[in-house]
Amino acid sequence: MMQLEARALFVRNRLHEVDFAPEPGRVTAILGCNGAGKSTLLTAMAGLLPGRGTNAVRLDGRLLARWSARDRARIIGYLPQSAEVAWNLSVRTLAGLGRLPHRAGLAVDEQAVAAALKALDLTHLADRAVHTLSGGERARALLARVLAGEPHWILADEPVASLDMAQARALLLRLRALAHDEGRGVLVVLHDLAQAMNHADAVIVLDHGVVVAQGPPEQALTAGLIRMVWGVDAQWLGEPGARALAVGEA
Amino acid sequence: MSRLNGNLALLLLLLLLLAVPLALMAGQVWIDPLGSPVRHAVPILMELRLPRTLLAAVLGAGLGGAGAAMQGYLRNPLADPGLFGVAPMAALGAVLSLFTGYAAQEFLLPAFALGGAALGMALLALIAGREGGLALFTLAGMMIASLAGALTSLAISLSPNPFAMSEIVTWLMGALADRGWHEVAIATPLTLAGLALLVLAGPALDALTLGEAAARSLGVRHGRLQALMIAGVGLVVGGGVAVAGIVGFVGLVVPHLVRPWTDQRPSALIAPSALAGALLVVVADALCRLVPLQGGELRLGIALSLIGAPFFLRLLVQLRREIA
Repeated sequence: MMQLEARALFVRNRLHEVDFAPEPGRVTAILGCNGAGKSTLLTAMAGLLPGRGTNAVRLDGRLLARWSARDRARIIGYLPQSAEVAWNLSVRTLAGLGRLPHRAGLAVDEQAVAAALKALDLTHLADRAVHTLSGGERARALLARVLAGEPHWILADEPVASLDMAQARALLLRLRALAHDEGRGVLVVLHDLAQAMNHADAVIVLDHGVVVAQGPPEQALTAGLIRMVWGVDAQWLGEPGARALAVGEA
Repeated sequence: MSRLNGNLALLLLLLLLLAVPLALMAGQVWIDPLGSPVRHAVPILMELRLPRTLLAAVLGAGLGGAGAAMQGYLRNPLADPGLFGVAPMAALGAVLSLFTGYAAQEFLLPAFALGGAALGMALLALIAGREGGLALFTLAGMMIASLAGALTSLAISLSPNPFAMSEIVTWLMGALADRGWHEVAIATPLTLAGLALLVLAGPALDALTLGEAAARSLGVRHGRLQALMIAGVGLVVGGGVAVAGIVGFVGLVVPHLVRPWTDQRPSALIAPSALAGALLVVVADALCRLVPLQGGELRLGIALSLIGAPFFLRLLVQLRREIA
């Protein structure tokens, strides 16, 4: 499995000397307030940051900027925050877009698309037009597009932002399965600390572009850290795996 | 899904093959192969109608295909190949040749028009730069278009004599009347080359369906796509304007009519739109020849705008309903 790592990643006004090496086969959540640099870190890891930012990110030991766009696209799948689909494609055609960096031949491509649709429980919706889907179905269809590319790494920017509680949980469980069962690296920007606590194997917390905590969520997301970064008094309730956050006044 | 697109292309090709002979028959003089022989049938067909019909097909194919690519590139069903400003620049070039009188020499008018188109493409590439976003690109195109339009108006208002003025105004309306094999020879290679570049851009346009960031993550290099689009649309539109003047609405309307019959990917739309565009312009031009009009015939550009404008309005109303 290819390593993806950032060493002393610096992006002017956004990130300061970030050291970050998410592990393959695990779900790593990027956390922080609005404007902390979460999306910047994710786009840098995806090799999509224009300019020098990418010069500190290595994939398989080689600088991301040195990779051809197509080779990089085969290994790193990126799901942007926007759920935009400009044309009213069918779910199958949408997922097929994930094959663009490969185009290994019709049979192979169709198989990968079918597998992605199956993994996200979309087979019965394969011929539905995207614009007729519910928010949860659409989020799954967009993830299926990433999955169809069979990437080693799945980088998702707030994939559950527009989903209700149950759908968000279902999607995070699927991402977890992709990491644990198939060994893919999953890197995901989240806002909800409880989601990160319950579903991520590791977290990285950013504050004004600086890493303030890194590690397993039970150890990293302490009440003290939450007060420092988010400015609220909070307390974890429940058992590990089913944590809830009780928030009071700071 | 790919079978659907293939069938559509085949159907449109058959319709086109049917429309061309019919268009050859139509005109002030009806030429019916089964009817009584017509005097001068061979020169009428070979020197007038055949080149004109072929030119109509080439023009329509270029505009339809370029329109499909433009809508894919700008992710907007209201986009049109004219948006890049290449067509007004080509028109400006042609108008300058008429203004200066160079147009009297054969090949100089198309050469001026192509020069204008090339200048437009170069300006666009220069302003938008390598990494410029779509918004900047579109605005640059619109500014170039409005500048070219203003300069064209200036040329008209300063034209040395009424004859040049009327020549300019008539030429701007767009027509295929009195075009011959020269024009076919100019427009065909340019259009085919342009369409080939746009087909090459197809997969990147598909990726762009998901937005710019997702497209880049799928390996799309925006600089390459932009270069393909500028060169492809520029060649098609430049070649078209050079021989026929400004012919609007084909690039806007045709991809719309075709889209519901495809799987909606921009790349799947280019070839069928080219075929449907060819069909539309061949038929429209034949109809132009048939409409009795004092002092000549209905001009193609006007006819297509007459069909296109109401269609465009209907589209806007439909979009408004979808948004509301």
